[in-house]
Amino acid sequence: MRGFNLNLWLGGFLTVLVIAGALFAPLIASFDPVFDANLMNSELPPDATFWFGTDAQGRDVFSRVLYGAQVSLTVGIVSQIINSVIGLSLGISAAYWGGWWDDLVNGLTNVMLAIPSLIFALAIMAILGPGLPSLLIALGLTNWSWTCRIARSSTLSLKAQNYVQAAQTLGYSDTRIMATQLLPNMVGPILVISTLGIGSAVLAEAALSFLGLGISPPFPSWGNMLTDARELIVIAPWAAVFPGLAIFVTVLGFNLLGDGLRDMLDPHMRTRSE
Amino acid sequence: MLRFTIRRLFQVIPTIIAVAMLIFIIFSVIPGSFASSLMSDGKTASDPEMIARLNEQFGLDKPVYERFGTYLVGLAKLDLGTSFRTREPVTKVINDRIWASLKLAIAAMVLAVVIGVPLGFIAALKPGSLLDSITMIGAVSGLSLPQFWLGLLLMYLFALILGWLPSFGYGGGDFKYLILPAITLGVTPLALLARTTRAGVLEIMNEDFIRTAQSKGMSNSRMIRWHLTRNVMVLVVTTIGLQFGSMMGQAVVIEKLFAWPGIGSLLVDSVSIRDIPVVQGTILVIVLWFLLINTFVDIIYAAIDPRIKQT
Amino acid sequence: MTDAPLIQLKNVHVGIPSRRNALSIVKDVSFSIMPGEAFGLVGESGSGKSLTALSLIRLLKKPLKVTQGEILFKGKNLRDLSDRAMRDMRGDRIAMIFQEPMTALNPLKTVGRQIAEMFVLHRGKGWHEAEKMAVDALASVQVPAPEERVRAYPHQMSGGMRQRVMIAIALACDPDLLIADEPTTALDVTVQDEVLKLIAELCAARGTAVLMISHDLGVIANMCQRVGVMYSGRLVEERATYDIFANPQHPYTKGLLGALPRLGSRHGAGGRQRLVDIDSLIADKESLLQEFCYEPRNSIRDPRVRAGASV
Repeated sequence: MRGFNLNLWLGGFLTVLVIAGALFAPLIASFDPVFDANLMNSELPPDATFWFGTDAQGRDVFSRVLYGAQVSLTVGIVSQIINSVIGLSLGISAAYWGGWWDDLVNGLTNVMLAIPSLIFALAIMAILGPGLPSLLIALGLTNWSWTCRIARSSTLSLKAQNYVQAAQTLGYSDTRIMATQLLPNMVGPILVISTLGIGSAVLAEAALSFLGLGISPPFPSWGNMLTDARELIVIAPWAAVFPGLAIFVTVLGFNLLGDGLRDMLDPHMRTRSE
Repeated sequence: MLRFTIRRLFQVIPTIIAVAMLIFIIFSVIPGSFASSLMSDGKTASDPEMIARLNEQFGLDKPVYERFGTYLVGLAKLDLGTSFRTREPVTKVINDRIWASLKLAIAAMVLAVVIGVPLGFIAALKPGSLLDSITMIGAVSGLSLPQFWLGLLLMYLFALILGWLPSFGYGGGDFKYLILPAITLGVTPLALLARTTRAGVLEIMNEDFIRTAQSKGMSNSRMIRWHLTRNVMVLVVTTIGLQFGSMMGQAVVIEKLFAWPGIGSLLVDSVSIRDIPVVQGTILVIVLWFLLINTFVDIIYAAIDPRIKQT
Repeated sequence: MTDAPLIQLKNVHVGIPSRRNALSIVKDVSFSIMPGEAFGLVGESGSGKSLTALSLIRLLKKPLKVTQGEILFKGKNLRDLSDRAMRDMRGDRIAMIFQEPMTALNPLKTVGRQIAEMFVLHRGKGWHEAEKMAVDALASVQVPAPEERVRAYPHQMSGGMRQRVMIAIALACDPDLLIADEPTTALDVTVQDEVLKLIAELCAARGTAVLMISHDLGVIANMCQRVGVMYSGRLVEERATYDIFANPQHPYTKGLLGALPRLGSRHGAGGRQRLVDIDSLIADKESLLQEFCYEPRNSIRDPRVRAGASV
């Protein structure tokens, strides 16, 4: 019997905590993240009213961190869904059909692996301009190569197995075989890599917003909060500490959850290299 | 060995061309050309005649395929075009910046390898120990840290509060200026290397040949030196390569944070003013770096692992 | 042969120690081997024969330990030796060959180097001289062109050749006892015979005692003067080889022999047959179940028996 899966439970707890914070932000936050600016209250240290202190415009950092979670999680989860859909469709179909399509997908995957995804996302953001939709597209189009590789290699090994051949003999359509025979058999590893992918998307969003290419102020994102906080870090370090801590806790949660899922689904498949 | 090296190097070329094409296509569908963004940034209202002249000057009035052809021909002659902003050759602009980037990447990687690999090694040799637990918690934390946030906190503590180190800039190459950016950039690969090394050691320790080594009657230290280290390095070298290769990309945000004059900050600056030839050039250099490092790793790999066929 | 046994096991238990109910996997095993004698240990997988062998050389993996009993080597209890003294003993006085020649050698080192290690460890030689001695060691196990083969890597050799290398390593320092744990199981049938013959000849010539472990009675019959039969952690019968074939006492041994239609034939189908069908070959089940250790394990798995419909 395996022992208590600490990674899974701690990761799950942190993830649920962050998701709850994002969902219930309007209920929990006592201030509006954008409009409750009051220069009289600017740069106040954390106290009973302003749990995380206030920023240069006198806005409540705690409320802004909560609303920032909405952006981070939306970007993280939605972009990872896009990535998974692209990676799975390309990977499964390439291995299933083979031929020139497989060569093309393989070539594209290699090219995608060679361009660091943050750089690629940066280029796309430069074209589309800042904003949530651009972020979803930029991060959703740039991080599917590992999913694609996993889907491709599992399909290749599954294709040779009897029940897939039986389904072919029965005259099932290709798309039906892919969706009902192949896809369910790779749920485990795909779930693991997607969970880890959400973490890296959250990091990428923060980085892009920090560079001024993601979510534009005044709406809060953890990244752009850090850009603002950078200017006044000596006077109000709390404005820099808490948004970063939020990113850390969120990414840590998804990473632990991913590791925990991996341990649960396949104790032998330990992290070797990523 | 030499033939293997040359062959691997030639395999890089198609990928580079594909990347060049991909980047070129993406930037040729840009709504709003450099010329108009240059104009609207300026004080004067955009003047159609002026835009037309600028477009002609940079060859932007020609069709896309023709421009790509010209670009590829230039690429073959190591000519990456002319910067819209400085009107200098892109190669010169990049050359002015790349050494700072290399310096930062190498410093960060040395830090990551020198600390991360031994840490993972020691942790794995005493699984379940306090050091092992701390290393593993540290590793997963290091992988979850937003690097630029860590950089910001380091800057706050060591530069602004303690005043031990300069907060940002290049300082004309002064070593002191390198420390904070290198630590910031090195943390993620360090964490990953500690983790990979630990997993690698545990994997090798389970191999049959370790049992053979024990049955020969060798001490643990000899077993580690003779039978463990090299086998683990074969596993770790791949991770080192992937990390070192993606370092230029990772460095973008950190260079910007520390105002480090490398190609990362060059890329961010050029993106914001849409200096497309420089953007294309820097991305190509970053990708080329990745591919060259990985090719180099393959060659090292073939040198230390006799099972790899060098044909 | 002298009267004093080379190695003597007295009531050895191997298991996982704990405060209460220590779990024993090998229970109360006692036997002895005279100098130069070949002793066989036969039994199906999981019967504890490999654990018994590993306990001799003190290479049990945690949490397994020898919990009770004495292991006397030349009259000295191996359990009392310091780790260092045991290490000097291993490889030098007691050597071991394992089942899997494919994975028992380090893939990154030449076989010559891996043989030479023995001379560096136990004969205090330098690498240069040790590698010269490795050539002779390789020649002694009848590997053709040993001068060239020492420079080969394990993956460049066949399974039989690799097992010869393992034998060369094991016999390099002229040990008093060679433990061979299923040394031929992973090999082709034709190669099996050669390798067994080689072990028998070399050990006879050097006066090395052998502890041969196998699930295959045919292998044991050709090699060993005496044989012990292990079943579910216990040594259920221990006799001279010819005697055990002629007059088996324990029901399990009878079953074992019954599963081997043509005695002494290693090449026929019988010699290769696994001991799977014992249940149906043993007539009197009731008396079996009353035997102290022949537990109704097969019967539990077999629904026909559980339903009471015995043979």
